[in-house]
Amino acid sequence: MERPLTQFIHPGCPPFDLREYEMTGGYSALKKALAGMTPLEVQKLVQDSGLKGRGGAGFNTGMKWSFVPMGDAAPHPKYLIANADEMEPGTFKDRLLLEGNPHQLIEGMILSAYAIQAGVSYIFLRWAYKKAAQLLRKSIHEAYTAGLLGKNILGSGFSLEMHLHTGVGRYMCGEETALLNALEGKRATPRAKPPFPQVSGLYGKPTIVNNVETLCNIPHIVNNGAAWFKGLSNSEDSGTKLYGVSGKVNTPGCWELPMGVTVRELIEEHAGGMQNGYQLKGVLPGGASTDFLTAEHLDVKMDFGGVQAAGSRLGTGTMVVMDDATCPVGFVHNLQHFFAQESCGWCTPCREGLPWVEKMLMSLEEGSGTAEDVELLQMHTQLLGPGNTFCALAPGAMEPLQSALKYFREDFDRHIQLHRCPYENGHH
Amino acid sequence: MSTIYIDNKKYEVKAGKNLLEACLGLGIDLPYFCWHPALGSVGACRQCAVKVFKDENDNRGRLVMSCMESIKDGLHLSVTDKTASAFRSQVIEWLMTNHPHDCPVCDEGGSCHLQDMTVMTGHDYRRFHYKKRTYTNQYLGPFVHHEMNRCIQCYRCVRYYHDYAGGNDLNVFAAHNHVYFGREKDGVLESPFSGNLVEVCPTGVFTDKTLREHYTRKWDLTTAPSVCHHCSVGCNTIAGERYGSLRCITNRYNSQVNGYFLCDRGRFGYEFVNSENRITQPLIRNRPVEAVDEFVLMDHLREILTNHTLIGIGSPRASVESNTALMQLVGSQNFYQGISDNLGFIQKRVVQVMQSGVVKPASLHDIQQADAILILGEDCWNTAPVMALAVRQGVLKTAAEHALENRQLPAWHDAAVRELVQQERGFLANCTLAGSPLDEISAAILHKAPDDLARIGFAIANRLNTSLPAVQLDNDTSSKVAVIASALQQAKHPVIISGTGCYNEALIRAAFDIAAACKTTAAEVRLAYVVPECNSMGLAMMNASSFENAVLRASRAQQVTAIVLENDLYRNVPSNIADVFFNSCRHVIVLDSLNNATTQKADVLIPAATFAEGDGTLVNNEGRAQRFYQVYMPAQRTIQESWKWLLKMQATQTGITNETIYHPEEMLASCEQLLPQFSGISGSAPRRDFRVHGQALPREPHRYSGRTAMLANLSVSEPKPKQDDDSPFTFTMEGYSGMQPSLLIPFFWSPGWNSIQAVNKYQVEPGGELKNEQPGKLLFNYRPDAVPAYFKDIPEAFGVRREKWLLLPQYHVFGSDELSAYGHGVQELSPDAYIALSVEDASQLGVVDGSLLSIKAAETLYELPVRTMATLPNGVMLMPAGLQGMTMMSWNSWVQIVSIKL
Repeated sequence: MERPLTQFIHPGCPPFDLREYEMTGGYSALKKALAGMTPLEVQKLVQDSGLKGRGGAGFNTGMKWSFVPMGDAAPHPKYLIANADEMEPGTFKDRLLLEGNPHQLIEGMILSAYAIQAGVSYIFLRWAYKKAAQLLRKSIHEAYTAGLLGKNILGSGFSLEMHLHTGVGRYMCGEETALLNALEGKRATPRAKPPFPQVSGLYGKPTIVNNVETLCNIPHIVNNGAAWFKGLSNSEDSGTKLYGVSGKVNTPGCWELPMGVTVRELIEEHAGGMQNGYQLKGVLPGGASTDFLTAEHLDVKMDFGGVQAAGSRLGTGTMVVMDDATCPVGFVHNLQHFFAQESCGWCTPCREGLPWVEKMLMSLEEGSGTAEDVELLQMHTQLLGPGNTFCALAPGAMEPLQSALKYFREDFDRHIQLHRCPYENGHH
Repeated sequence: MSTIYIDNKKYEVKAGKNLLEACLGLGIDLPYFCWHPALGSVGACRQCAVKVFKDENDNRGRLVMSCMESIKDGLHLSVTDKTASAFRSQVIEWLMTNHPHDCPVCDEGGSCHLQDMTVMTGHDYRRFHYKKRTYTNQYLGPFVHHEMNRCIQCYRCVRYYHDYAGGNDLNVFAAHNHVYFGREKDGVLESPFSGNLVEVCPTGVFTDKTLREHYTRKWDLTTAPSVCHHCSVGCNTIAGERYGSLRCITNRYNSQVNGYFLCDRGRFGYEFVNSENRITQPLIRNRPVEAVDEFVLMDHLREILTNHTLIGIGSPRASVESNTALMQLVGSQNFYQGISDNLGFIQKRVVQVMQSGVVKPASLHDIQQADAILILGEDCWNTAPVMALAVRQGVLKTAAEHALENRQLPAWHDAAVRELVQQERGFLANCTLAGSPLDEISAAILHKAPDDLARIGFAIANRLNTSLPAVQLDNDTSSKVAVIASALQQAKHPVIISGTGCYNEALIRAAFDIAAACKTTAAEVRLAYVVPECNSMGLAMMNASSFENAVLRASRAQQVTAIVLENDLYRNVPSNIADVFFNSCRHVIVLDSLNNATTQKADVLIPAATFAEGDGTLVNNEGRAQRFYQVYMPAQRTIQESWKWLLKMQATQTGITNETIYHPEEMLASCEQLLPQFSGISGSAPRRDFRVHGQALPREPHRYSGRTAMLANLSVSEPKPKQDDDSPFTFTMEGYSGMQPSLLIPFFWSPGWNSIQAVNKYQVEPGGELKNEQPGKLLFNYRPDAVPAYFKDIPEAFGVRREKWLLLPQYHVFGSDELSAYGHGVQELSPDAYIALSVEDASQLGVVDGSLLSIKAAETLYELPVRTMATLPNGVMLMPAGLQGMTMMSWNSWVQIVSIKL
């Protein structure tokens, strides 16, 4: 089983420096592309590989790049941005890549920038990833010194500047257009699409924002080809995926596995099964903003199509397991508290709706909730849906709530009947 | 045009707009908050949701925000769709979760967009049972009151204040449901356009603090269409009264002049009307009882108006009617402009240039549409603030148009357009005496002495038309001149702005030469001159002699009776000259509304109506004649329009009483007869017998309350309503209750639209012209075939003199205008007097900011603190213009420094 992204990552050991990275084949993809591939060939290769965005939306990466205006008449500079603002609750996969092999990301970014002919690149890093920031700073410096960044990279005529930008800790910045606003020094509110960032992004110029894991795949695809990449997977979605499991399992963690492993394999084989005395009650398969799956979905394949067919989303592929001793109402309340806090305050439904949802869940937990509250919660899951709000934050927030109402409705009802939380050590 | 289907009905709508604009333009009620016609769409509030269908067979549809969706030919949409209307009502419920239920004590109540939209969506039952979030309010200065708890986070305030008006000190802070709109800390809002927040805010977060001092609901106001009297632009306003005092000024939309916005001087400068300093009764001085009634007054005047040489002093702030009545009374040859010789000379040049018909005058709308703007020697930020705001829009709009070239992006998509535009700006050259906030958005900045600015102007004209004489300039200036000339040459509709502010006539000529030369490149060029006061242009057009000639005349003639019309001569001419004049007159009759230095000189003082208490017509800086209407009859019946008093004086003088001509249109007709250059002015407003379906127009809305009770303390029977014989308006709520014609809008109201947003209903399309708009009467006729007579005579370069400084005025939005300075807020924001010097001059003199300088100007000694100005050229000294208590300076003259205290 190949693990291209994590093969050289050994938690606890320092990551490769430039010399070590190059000794293990690092930057060979870059050399290959700069020497023998046109930007459009790189785009085509990535499109053919079937690589889909690993940030959660699952859009074909090469396709996304193809919307960037190319040629001399295209606006300049163009920008490539690595979205390293990993703040989805329960998600920690990009951190592994950032701390484990920063040069892999940098090489992926240079290749991607080459593919769209971007002149400037940014890594938008979550503020709390202090170690990653330090490592990236050092690695970018190494790359500059080695002529892998800056003017005329390796004599190819292609130039790229790279900057590390550390955020201030807003979940909203993970949304690509809010990220762009934040990078410009504006409030982190999202932008209306169209125009898409590929056409009018950072400072109004063509811009690609890709997730860290997505970018880390690029050198391997360039080195080994589209067919190889497709062959890594167990499913129709190509490549490997960094999967994570957290919750009351025996060995929570993060693993690079072929795309399309099942929920059961992940929990039982890789996470070592549920801890003693706990039963699985539900899982959020791809982070906090995805719908619950339940024990009956254990054989669902963890790829974009499979999870969607089961009524949820693959999201970031990092799963949160909810056990039977945890109150689903309290669990969801905790999530809604997060989302309400992280709403940017731009559009009405999200800004005003989420705090209301949070308050109703709180009263249910405290025993003062009513049947009307449950109706209102239900209503919010519909009215805060996609299209009604400005961006995907509130629709994402509604996913765990709507599925909790679907699968754990008796738990809500019992809170109303008992006028208290039925879980003694309820999760708050 | 595109065909769209709204709820299965077919409509033809203008392409390029969004669905919200289309619906509103068709008269369909669709609620909105974050959208504003002047600000475009951002899609934040989610209030204007509609359903859009793929085709006529699609019955599921998709919810979209109508403000963010372009019109597409053949599009099917539904406003009444259940899901869409339920969602709109839900948006209100969300907003209401935190909005206080304080309408009864909220200043916005009754003219609140949020109230209107709440009723429109049908939301009426509260299901949110939790605590509301609360905020701390801020002190924002004397004009705008802040009440953050009412905020519904539509973001219009910051989009207006920051993006539209260029202010930097109002921002949005914090996040999620605790977003805060305010300043970093308490303090006066820096923008002189802050008052528009009151109208931009859809609810009561930003309200008019001056109205708060004497609060009245919109429905309880008696209102009339008015024209701002605080600069020469002539913004259209609505003035409201109750219980005999003026309560507030709001914007009266007009696509050609002010659009949606006023400056703070115009909005808050009205308080002089209620001033304790008002003249309320005729006075005959030097008698035991000076206050007299009309009968005694006329009896007294009969004597001094006959057998005396009459000298009439006109006024740049009195109406055309009043100036004409004075001219009629004293005779054309005895009528003088009440302004100094040097200003009169410059204004004469302005009138000559505009009357030549060579170049079209620029309205504010034209300035907003301009693709290149040159400001030559006029500090319009301070002398005509709304013009500066229009300049900003021209610059932003040009940049947006440029960014949108070859792109599939609609112009209303505000955030996306701004993203593309970034720091790009349309071309603006700001060539002025000293720096102004417009420098921030200027591509070329030149700060020079007035003569040098004029030379720069002639040099630009030379670049545009090489048959004009060349000018010797230094290399740096020359290269900027080249940049400006080439920008003007490439522009399709450039605008040249100049004015009288520098007291330099060469600037007027230079601006004209540039504009005329632009015509050779086949551009649609327009020209705007700023003049000092609201009717300066009207007075200048009367072509009368200036004040110095009146002084000469008075000193030579015997038995002179001077009649001074609404003019504090001590503000308009140097005080020693005014003194000479008054000393040479046997009798001085002064008509004015407020006591001032001139009224102190009056033997007979006659109370004149202010703009709120009388009718009249003003000619603005572009030669546009606009009528302002009486808002209310003052309790003291002796307060009357000056023209009425003057007509009565004429009747007294001649012994012929002719009641029939006591109306504005007849006054204007005699103006046309006396002065053919005013031809057409009598048609600038509907006649007083104008009726809609046989009905006059009420000044009071149909909800006006207390009519039967407000005077019950005096008499239990309701008094007969006052009669207005001068206009088509009544002083009651009776009359035609439908939509008023564009020139006669006393208030914007439409069923379901109580706030000023009702203006949508009066427009042909949102943000467009008013229905049947007749924006006054332009008195300067453009003649496409007129051959320009270039001036060519170029002044010498400015030479710095040893130990002498050229004294010039520095205008201030707050303080330089006479009448507005009587308001407390304006007073508070007026600067203290100072003397400004260039940094280099100051350091040569060894003075620093705050050092006391004494100068001697026109025989008067002034000791004032120094302000150094980095942008000021050497050899020039500035003093604030028109401050209360400061006499008129002899601007554009050389002064010496008498002493220095460090």
